[in-house]
Amino acid sequence: MKPTGRPMTTWLLTAGLVFSAAASAQNTIKVGVLHSLSGTMAISETTLKDTILMMIDQQNKKGGLLGKKLEAVVVDPASNWPLFAEKASELLEKDKVAVVFGCWTSVSRKSVLPVFEKDDGLLFYPVQYEGEESSRNVIYTGAAPNQQAIPAVDYLMKEVGVKRWVLEGTDYVYPRTTNKILEAYLRAKGVKPEDISINYTPFGYSNWQARVAEIKKFGSAGKKTAVVSTINGDANVPFYKELANQKISAENIPVVAFSVGEEELSGVDTKPLVGHLAAWNYFESINTPANKAFIDQWHAFIKNPKRTTNDPMEASYIGFNLWVKAVQKAGTTQTDKVIAALPGLSTPNLTGGTATVLPNHHITKPVYIGEVKADGQFNVVWKSPGEVPGDAWSDYLPGSKDIEADWVTLHCGNYNKVTKKCSGQNYK
Amino acid sequence: MKRSAWGGPWLVLLLALGGAVLPVRAQSQKDAAFLTTLGQLRDASYDDKQAIVEKLSQSGHPGVRAVLQALLDERLYYRNSDQRIFIAKSAEGDPLKLVDPLTLKDAGSASADSMTQIGTNNALRHSVRLTLARYSLSSPDAAVRLDAAREILTSLDDATIALLRERLPLEKNAAVKKEIATGIALADLDSTDASARLNAIATLKESLSQDVRNRLEQLTGKNSDGSFTEPDERVRRAAAAAMQTIDGWRTFYADIQILFFGLSLGSVLVLIATGLAITFGVMGVINMAHGELMMLGAYTTYVVQMIMPGHIALSILVSIPAAFIVSGLAGVAMERTIIQYLYGRPLETLLATFGVSLILQQGVRSIFTALNRSVQTPDFMSGSLRLNDALEITYNRLYIVIFTLLVFALLLLILKRTRIGLDIRAVSQNRAMAKAMGIRTEWVDAMTFGLGSGIAGVAGVALSQLTNVGPNLGQSYIIDSFMVVVFGGVGNLWGSLVGGMSMGVVNQLLEPYAGAVLAKILVLVALILFIQARPRGLFPQVGRGAEDK
Repeated sequence: MKPTGRPMTTWLLTAGLVFSAAASAQNTIKVGVLHSLSGTMAISETTLKDTILMMIDQQNKKGGLLGKKLEAVVVDPASNWPLFAEKASELLEKDKVAVVFGCWTSVSRKSVLPVFEKDDGLLFYPVQYEGEESSRNVIYTGAAPNQQAIPAVDYLMKEVGVKRWVLEGTDYVYPRTTNKILEAYLRAKGVKPEDISINYTPFGYSNWQARVAEIKKFGSAGKKTAVVSTINGDANVPFYKELANQKISAENIPVVAFSVGEEELSGVDTKPLVGHLAAWNYFESINTPANKAFIDQWHAFIKNPKRTTNDPMEASYIGFNLWVKAVQKAGTTQTDKVIAALPGLSTPNLTGGTATVLPNHHITKPVYIGEVKADGQFNVVWKSPGEVPGDAWSDYLPGSKDIEADWVTLHCGNYNKVTKKCSGQNYK
Repeated sequence: MKRSAWGGPWLVLLLALGGAVLPVRAQSQKDAAFLTTLGQLRDASYDDKQAIVEKLSQSGHPGVRAVLQALLDERLYYRNSDQRIFIAKSAEGDPLKLVDPLTLKDAGSASADSMTQIGTNNALRHSVRLTLARYSLSSPDAAVRLDAAREILTSLDDATIALLRERLPLEKNAAVKKEIATGIALADLDSTDASARLNAIATLKESLSQDVRNRLEQLTGKNSDGSFTEPDERVRRAAAAAMQTIDGWRTFYADIQILFFGLSLGSVLVLIATGLAITFGVMGVINMAHGELMMLGAYTTYVVQMIMPGHIALSILVSIPAAFIVSGLAGVAMERTIIQYLYGRPLETLLATFGVSLILQQGVRSIFTALNRSVQTPDFMSGSLRLNDALEITYNRLYIVIFTLLVFALLLLILKRTRIGLDIRAVSQNRAMAKAMGIRTEWVDAMTFGLGSGIAGVAGVALSQLTNVGPNLGQSYIIDSFMVVVFGGVGNLWGSLVGGMSMGVVNQLLEPYAGAVLAKILVLVALILFIQARPRGLFPQVGRGAEDK
């Protein structure tokens, strides 16, 4: 969709919300929701919009926040990256929202970043991403590479004894950055270059036969081989199908994926996928009272007992609760004070641990590795001993290992420890 | 998994007999021990579970096999109330139908919430599979024995080798016999007798397996201190020669496989281009909605599957004519309402059909949502045909190659041997003359467009087995189909066949070296250069009528 061709419904929705907001302007706190409701990303992002609406609903039932009701302002950036920036400035400048929950792809986050920094807004970003970023105005509640990719590779190396690696990705920024970090990490661990095979395919790729045959050949050299997959979107379905057809089972060559969760597996025949792995910070199958309550609440809210929950939903849940706590602590919704209140705050996550906001605006998260079961859920086979603090700048990339992000003492998201200089966004 | 504790062939024999010969008194003690060991599975770590599985299999209890099979199939549960272990008849459904692991008799049912599944991981499943393979080696079914022998070959140890040696003289099936002989030969490579090793290599030379090759390579290598791993030079030389033979054959079969990949990609291209070869090639209509007609075919497959749950294989066969009719009717409707007014105005046709393609896309989005629909693959199209250790051909691709050739042959037959085919050719060659001869050209136009569209629908059925069925399915194939038709020569069906197949093969030949993205770019560049040199494609149409095209 073109940026100018906004759907009529969006206009009506926005207009309606603006009018209703004017009537009750003093008594509500506005919460912006910036998730694509149409276009290619709608499949994933609509769920997060609903999650935030559910959280707002619940908070209002508890009596709201600071004595005021919360009010959602939902906009549709329509999977269109420039439109994300436009919608973000609309939320911040026109609707004057106190906080925004939104974005999924890294490119949409990068596109709204200057808007949030200029207008001094606050964004909670709920999706695992490639790292190499820390902004004063963003709280990253999804996993950084050291909270997902690195532990997954460690698990395969230590527990499964993998010696040979296929890094298979879709051709865009997240897989390329993640694979760069992973390659550097594997090399640092003594893996030889001939034992690493890196390949990229386009979005929506379906002719996997030759590539899978190649993986099979690469994996038959007598050393245990695994595939680390950053394949994104619907190319995964034909990929796993081809693996099954060429009789590559998880017992021979396991595939660990960073973008395949319960939502992606719903509606896919999972029997041939049994045993393939995924690394996340949350699985629906984790049996805790908090998680059960959340799943029940979700089913009741969405009126469909078959809908799954997933990792980015938990990250949205954590982000919302952190914001509520920060507002309560600061006693105001004023962005500067809320941002100052956030580092150090903790909230329980859904799997029995705690999420704490770190000075680098990332949070602590447990890491889980799950194997796909025949019913499309995951069986947790490994769990990190405690929560892992998110690292904004990877320690394994030559350019970023000296860089540190600290918004409490250094007031800088890009501080070079060697040259003692702060570059990029610098407020103080 | 430690297998040194395994008690040797006599114990295996006992296991095969299922412990039935033991006295009854000992049996009750055995049952108790079996249940205790089984109970430990509840909260053991995955490593401990492997040890428990080992212990269970050594117990020789008749329930072992069923329990292990259930563990492998995610059907082993314990009851939350009393921690007792049960086998479920099926992992699906609620309540679960339970079976007692001791007696293997029905034990009522229980709600899924009151039971906890005993989890497995890859390593555990592998060792369970291996344990079960030992039982299956004496199965009456040769196919089961073959799978078991192959499974055992993946990790050999003293116990399994003893088992193989025992089985070899009893085995009647040649294929199973060969696998067992390979396993024994692999074991003999560790023999202290050099002539035994030489004999083993002579056997292994016949194999095409990568594992065998890797093992032979070890024999030719050196230790870290510089000495040879294999002391005898004759053995080393024989191993190197055998390795070379195996490598030669494997390379040969790898080349055949790439050729097959190319032909299978080519047949997808031919299939999607055939319909267009008629509408664009024969009629000269630039139909931008061709991809969406394929999408309609794919969605038809989905709907037919919804209507016929439980008959997946049959539903695919029913989908073929159904998709032909749905897309064909859509095509006829398009021709009658829009395209017939635009003949001779290619730019307007292009724009109008592009509009139709957007309408169709939004239509399926409104009906089926923007989410991809999952079309199930029938069993006969999953898996692969194993020709030998080095060459396997996936069934879905194989069937699509055959299917394409059938569709193509049928189309040629229609065009060359039927009345409507004659009319189509007459109208496309000289419209005015055909009209003068009394052919209802308007009717023929509609039928021709319907035929081309119907074939697009049939292509959609094939695509539903290869890729995701979603609103964007057509868009990702429309460029490819135009490319094939232009390359093959507009108006020539044979051109589309040869063009599509050769583009597929070239693409797959390039892919291993250039990667998927670059390979496609290279094919496109080559195509542009080719069209520069021969603007009318591979097989240009000749004759008087050709100038009007």
